[in-house]
Amino acid sequence: MKNEELIKQRFKQVMPQLDFCSLRYIEARSEALQVRQNIAQPPTSKHDMGLMITVIERGGGLGYAATSDFSVEGLRNAISRAKRWAESSRDKMITDFSKIKMPHAQGEYASVVEKSWDSLSLADKLDLLHRESAQCKINDKIVDWQASLESVQTEQLYLTNQGGEIRQSHDYLIPNVGVTANQGIETQYRSFGGLDYGWQGGLEILEQTDFVGKGHKVAEEALQLLAAPDCPVQKMDLMLAPNQMILQIHESIGHPIELDRILGDERNYAGTSFVTLDMFGHYQYGSPLLNVTFDPTISTELASYGFDDEGLPAEKTYLIRHGILKRPLGGIVSQARAGLAGVANARASSWNRPPIDRIANLNVEPGESRFEEMIRSIERGILMKTNLSWSIDDSRNKFQFGCEWGQLIENGELTQVVKNPNYRGISATFWRNLKQVGNADTLEVFGLLTCGKGEPNQAIRVGHASPTCVFSNVDVFGGV
Amino acid sequence: MQDYFYALADFIDQQLQNEEVYLCELIAEQSDFIRFNKGKVRQPSSVEQRYLEIDLIKGQRHTLGQLALSGNTSSDYEQVKHLLSALRDQLRDIPDDPYLLYATEVQSTESIGLNELPEPEDALTITDTIQGHDFVGLYAAGSLFTGFANSLGQRNWHSHDSFNLDWSFYHDKDKAVKSAYAGFKWEQAAFEKRITQSLAQLEWLKQTPRTIEPGQYRVYLAPTALYEIIKLLSWGGFGLKAQRTKDSPLLRMLEEPAQHLHPNINLIENTTKGLAPAFQSEGFIKPAQVPLITSGVYKSALISPRSAKEYKVETNGANEDESPNSLDLAPGDLQQDQILKALDTGIYINNLWYLNYSDRAACRITGMTRFASFWVENGEIKAPLNVMRFDETLYNMLGKKLLALTAERAFLMETDTYEVRSTGSTRLPGALIDGFTFTL
Repeated sequence: MKNEELIKQRFKQVMPQLDFCSLRYIEARSEALQVRQNIAQPPTSKHDMGLMITVIERGGGLGYAATSDFSVEGLRNAISRAKRWAESSRDKMITDFSKIKMPHAQGEYASVVEKSWDSLSLADKLDLLHRESAQCKINDKIVDWQASLESVQTEQLYLTNQGGEIRQSHDYLIPNVGVTANQGIETQYRSFGGLDYGWQGGLEILEQTDFVGKGHKVAEEALQLLAAPDCPVQKMDLMLAPNQMILQIHESIGHPIELDRILGDERNYAGTSFVTLDMFGHYQYGSPLLNVTFDPTISTELASYGFDDEGLPAEKTYLIRHGILKRPLGGIVSQARAGLAGVANARASSWNRPPIDRIANLNVEPGESRFEEMIRSIERGILMKTNLSWSIDDSRNKFQFGCEWGQLIENGELTQVVKNPNYRGISATFWRNLKQVGNADTLEVFGLLTCGKGEPNQAIRVGHASPTCVFSNVDVFGGV
Repeated sequence: MQDYFYALADFIDQQLQNEEVYLCELIAEQSDFIRFNKGKVRQPSSVEQRYLEIDLIKGQRHTLGQLALSGNTSSDYEQVKHLLSALRDQLRDIPDDPYLLYATEVQSTESIGLNELPEPEDALTITDTIQGHDFVGLYAAGSLFTGFANSLGQRNWHSHDSFNLDWSFYHDKDKAVKSAYAGFKWEQAAFEKRITQSLAQLEWLKQTPRTIEPGQYRVYLAPTALYEIIKLLSWGGFGLKAQRTKDSPLLRMLEEPAQHLHPNINLIENTTKGLAPAFQSEGFIKPAQVPLITSGVYKSALISPRSAKEYKVETNGANEDESPNSLDLAPGDLQQDQILKALDTGIYINNLWYLNYSDRAACRITGMTRFASFWVENGEIKAPLNVMRFDETLYNMLGKKLLALTAERAFLMETDTYEVRSTGSTRLPGALIDGFTFTL
């Protein structure tokens, strides 16, 4: 019998009489392959499984207990532990959790997989990585390089004491190629995958992202960067490619509008927010060109799902429309605490952490501008691609980001490549300087694998899709 | 847990075929977490987890698999058998690994701490002590276990029971004081003393904050602020692989003509004074200390077995990622009660936040001030500071612009709980620095 069926049967067997009790089971299998400097690294695989019990008791107490012991005794112990927390914390909770109407939904979700991870043998996958690695060492200045593939497959079962039953399965593919070029005291990086990209799906993602041949391309670009002058120090128009837009969206829209931050839960760790509860519905977050959605429906995006980890059904929702802040990223608990409508984004990093409000798929919707038109319209500007460095204050306002690749735009044309491109700004004003949004032809889907937040800490996958965008009057600068 | 792990290792021994060798590591914990916000409980939870990693080796081929185990011997043994079989299948399809290196000299060790922790629910009384204040943070406590075993008969065990309460008191918006109380035995009087100290600092934050213009200022970085810089450096700064692949942020200390830090900078990986296990996943035992920077000059690197083989040097028992676990920066001579006087006019920074490299090869670092930072004039605290972004090179901060290090040091137990509770720790003084650059 599959673990899921066994656990369902046992949960029914041991379920006590409680206001609310849920079981969230997660089984994750992953395999990581890497070829570094043309040498296959030892493959690593992981098989993780465990469950978390949530109990809400009369009087409003809440408790969680996580275990990987699925025996009847193991489940009983976990329920008893969660119940003890709920009972002992009853008079000390931040809100009366028994007044929150927890969902008891039923449903399913599965990733779309056209070509499964196992459809290619281990030897073939290593061959593919060997071929990419072999293209990287085009010059002695390339001092390190690697190509890698990782597959993660998860199965989730969510059960509640009132018949809720949700099954979701996800397949993720994480391809990467990166090179390091050096000359003396200068080192430059170029990669496909940046620090972390990933998609939902199978090996078909390799074709969709043109993975084959990336080794040679990134090696050539790393050498171009090594020979390039530093990025100038100047205020100018900034054009961000989708693979940098994702970081900009993530840090200066995603985190500030997380409702648990606004409610103060994260103030000791991830931080607070310059956004306050009274801003929703009227605050001018960006220029009228800015439209931002929570969109769990894009099949290849990392955080597409049918339901969040508290059983709330997920659907596409506008959070910023024509520049006006409409709705926060907040799950059912935060919605009840704040008295605001939110979205289905209460998510846990794994079975051993409770759900909290997370960025999920957070996308900038495409506009009308064609890429060539945007370039032609810029007299003095810079195009930046692929995030390399990120930093923002605890209210998510003063940011500074660096990219792998910079290229000047002069009199309507892409010209000189520059190294160490950085820019800084303030979220509350930066998005109001959004002056062009690329059309659907410029849109790309990416994601980040390790968004960190929460106490205890949780790193989670989030998705971002964006067109190319142009911002005016941005402080741009280079290296030392 | 130790008996369970050793029995598991004996079982793996029995499953080996032909000339197979195995290395295995158990990382387990029984933890309780209580999350607080606004002086109330937000999320209380308990977690019991056991992760076993097996490295199955035949000749120069090897492959690694990790399992979550339940603690039930019969089902765990079945899982282990299944994993060994899957790893054995993989061995057929992979090439030799020229950089495989594991310990062949058997060195078994044991380090077991006393469990003097209170009952998990007792920690809920924290809300009584901080009543009436906007208190937010996390109490994390419980048992941490690390074990190593191999088919040569080596057995290593490290366990301890600790707590770490990491909190902030908030005044308004982003104006807050951060503090922590960590250890092995909860002493209510010691906790209350910390609370009193941080509430006293909170009073300063109730004054009208000051916003400064970008520019260069004299600053004092408290140990908790300097920790953020040292933590960022640990990302590739001290490992041999990062140095040889020119990825190290300390590149300019390694390439001729080398740049150096201030002669008072003496940094070591001090395993004997830390909390992390003294063994690693290939079975090597870490030396008591590894000098990393001596008198401001790069001295040596942390070298994993894999790097040792690749670069043909001796390993010093570093973990696979070659990052430090027990950094120790030597003290200076600035007395605690002289800090404000020595700072004179400038910024007293308790915490930094969200650091990253703005030019990694030049070790130029950007980040933010956070929590209790103060504007100081003529040796007196005048006002809390609105957050500022800095962008400065290490060669300025801990090099030519370093004025003094404090004589007193802080021992900081890491609060990280990503996947597992961290066993890392750092011992640091505070630093007085001239001309520290703020940009936004």
